[in-house]
Amino acid sequence: MPSELKNRDMKTSDKRPDSLVLTRRAFGAGLAAGTGFLAFALPVRALTVDQARALIDKAVAEVNSIISSGKSEQAMFGDFERVFINYADVPTIARSALGVAAKSASAGQMSAFTTAFQGYISRKYGRRFREFIGGKIEVTDAHPIKSYYEVVSVAHLQGEAPFDLRWHVSDKSGRQLFFNIIIEGINMLASERTEIGAMLDAQGGDVDKLIAQLQKI
Amino acid sequence: MRSLHPLDYAARRSLGRKFAVLGTVALLFVTACGPAPGNSGISDPHEAQNRAVHKLNLALDKNVLRPVARGANKALPHPVEQGIVNFADNLELPGRVVNNVLQLRLGKAVENTLRFAINSTIGIGGLFDPATQAGVNGKPTDFGETLHLWGVSEGNYIELPFFGPSTDRDAVGKVVDMAMDPLKLIFPNSGNMSLIAKIGAKIADRGRYSETVDSILYDSADGYAQARLLYLQNRRFELGQVPSDESFEDPYAQ
Repeated sequence: MPSELKNRDMKTSDKRPDSLVLTRRAFGAGLAAGTGFLAFALPVRALTVDQARALIDKAVAEVNSIISSGKSEQAMFGDFERVFINYADVPTIARSALGVAAKSASAGQMSAFTTAFQGYISRKYGRRFREFIGGKIEVTDAHPIKSYYEVVSVAHLQGEAPFDLRWHVSDKSGRQLFFNIIIEGINMLASERTEIGAMLDAQGGDVDKLIAQLQKI
Repeated sequence: MRSLHPLDYAARRSLGRKFAVLGTVALLFVTACGPAPGNSGISDPHEAQNRAVHKLNLALDKNVLRPVARGANKALPHPVEQGIVNFADNLELPGRVVNNVLQLRLGKAVENTLRFAINSTIGIGGLFDPATQAGVNGKPTDFGETLHLWGVSEGNYIELPFFGPSTDRDAVGKVVDMAMDPLKLIFPNSGNMSLIAKIGAKIADRGRYSETVDSILYDSADGYAQARLLYLQNRRFELGQVPSDESFEDPYAQ
């Protein structure tokens, strides 16, 4: 917008009084645009905190409805996998879990690994979330950390002290998605990097064998 | 009338004096040091030895703890199991109060004292937990946390026989907590009640969280590394060590 105004200024520069008026008007418009931008700068950040919170609100609502659905374990795993795909940045989580080996893996291996990892995570965490049956997760807070957002929730389980469940949300993938879950300080990315690393070592560093193993777990 | 009191006059006076001394010592330490800085990595120079201990602990779990816990879990109705856990938790409270005083967290000391009073009386010797229902939650603590607040750093990771994952600092804390057994300050004739209750609660917990514990110890590709990571992360979280931004996982920066 400001460049358009500037061009118009230059075209009318032969008529001095007009140009002066236009310049002043252009300046005013620019200022208005500038303050408008400044005024928006804060809400834009606040809006993304809200967006991050809204994303986890929705994910948590789906998890809550799965754990109260009374479906079979297998059906629940499928449901959890869908939530994971829709709300988590699965390729980024998978790459992080694979660690250094991701750098030398082929595109085909990465894609096969990501799919296998996605199923493995859904079953593994699905089993844990199944223990939440009769319980409820409640989002309580959201705030920015460095380049991403942390959404804080509390899990209320039957006969247990409530515990702390945090979700790290980023839009670096182009969409707002969560890339880490932290349960009472224990974070999924670090835990899975340890786990996948140990599995890869056990397979002699062979990514294809690791993929085959993940599909069986 | 005096005999109706759980403590006789001399014992109460001596208890009061002990608390005064504890408070002074704590004040000196806490004001002089402040909490130790947070850790983020894993320091495990005795890994080979720790892995040997881990093997021993696995054998103990497989052959003793897990079968006993499973049996108990099946045999005992849930409220009974909960009663055992409550009872053991209640006996821990005097020790937590002493640690709260040493930490100069006097609000928590009062809260844990109130908790002990409510659960020991209305909660029938601690079998029930009406304090939590009344909103008097308290917060578990131990001498390891006290040391942390006095500025003692975490030290190396260590896996202890029977007790499992720990750190140099938390292992010392455990020894002090056990030696202190403040229940004895209140009930000198309580014998090994604390220890027995603790073992009972450990069995009950192993039974209740059977699947989760199994998944870490037996289903992980490297149960030792997984238990180590989980312990350190969870312990640092408990101590309120908010991980620094650098130590937090940012997969987009990798």
